Amino acid sequence: MFNLEGKTALVTGASGGIGGAVATALHTAGATVALSGTREAPLRELADTLGERANVLPCNLSDADAVNALPKQAADAMGGVDILVNNAGITRDGLFMRMSDDDWTQVLDVNLTAAFRLTRGVLRGMMKSRWGRIVNVSSIVGATGNPGQGNYAAAKAGLIGMTKSLASEVAPRGITVNALAPGFIETAMTEKLTADQKADMLSQIPAGRMGTPEEIAAAALYLVSPEAGYVTGATLHVNGGMAML
Amino acid sequence: MSTIEERVRKIVVEHLGVEEEKVVDNASFIDDLGADSLDTVELVMAFEEEFGIEIPDDAAETIQTFGDAVKFIKDAT
Repeated sequence: MFNLEGKTALVTGASGGIGGAVATALHTAGATVALSGTREAPLRELADTLGERANVLPCNLSDADAVNALPKQAADAMGGVDILVNNAGITRDGLFMRMSDDDWTQVLDVNLTAAFRLTRGVLRGMMKSRWGRIVNVSSIVGATGNPGQGNYAAAKAGLIGMTKSLASEVAPRGITVNALAPGFIETAMTEKLTADQKADMLSQIPAGRMGTPEEIAAAALYLVSPEAGYVTGATLHVNGGMAML
Repeated sequence: MSTIEERVRKIVVEHLGVEEEKVVDNASFIDDLGADSLDTVELVMAFEEEFGIEIPDDAAETIQTFGDAVKFIKDAT
């Protein structure tokens, strides 16, 4: 089950906790991977750990030209892109009334617009090969909202709408498009939370703990696997029961 | 060497799975040959590749029939 031998996967945000775990899981399942992210050093480190079948493609996702060029770079490096995991995300939290245009735009650009551009860039190859897997890493807050995250929640909810629209368009061509919505996961992003915020969060999670990046990676592996060919337009929530949607 | 017409017809037949005789000048991809909107995008992509040309979106919209496609490609190559 879930064998990805012979498949090629581009994972953005691979320098982060979830992205790194996703890339590792896909690689372990046999895929050739292209690791993308803003910071080259952690990407290189991960590639060295993975060994063969790992490519490093640094990319600044707020730079439209760089984003548009990435699918071709990935295809050149791996011979194609069968799987795209749009995982990269940033936060610029702040109360809505005080949120700057810049904080809004940056979060939308990286979390939503970059996913759009990358997806558009890989579709041609997937259409031709009549097989493709796109996973957009959304978030629980895209469905539930979260105070202080108006920009982030908007982008993550946007990914879900984008996922469903595209899923309908390309389903006849063997391409599935799904969203994956993690709850609170132990990563650098959630490390920023204060102890009080964490305690408050934990009280709302029936599982009584935060999730691990590996638990998100396992869900991503399922969605990109040949076995999940009939799953499309779905949002898979992995959140310890925090929101049952 | 096949003519442009023959090469375009071959792409259409292969892609849409229609009989060659049906691919006539005024055959509409959507109305007569059973293409959906995604098929028309793929046909345009296939034409671009076969003939090494770029077909911009606004031009692609004007390519409704087999004859339109042949004429556009002849003008572009």
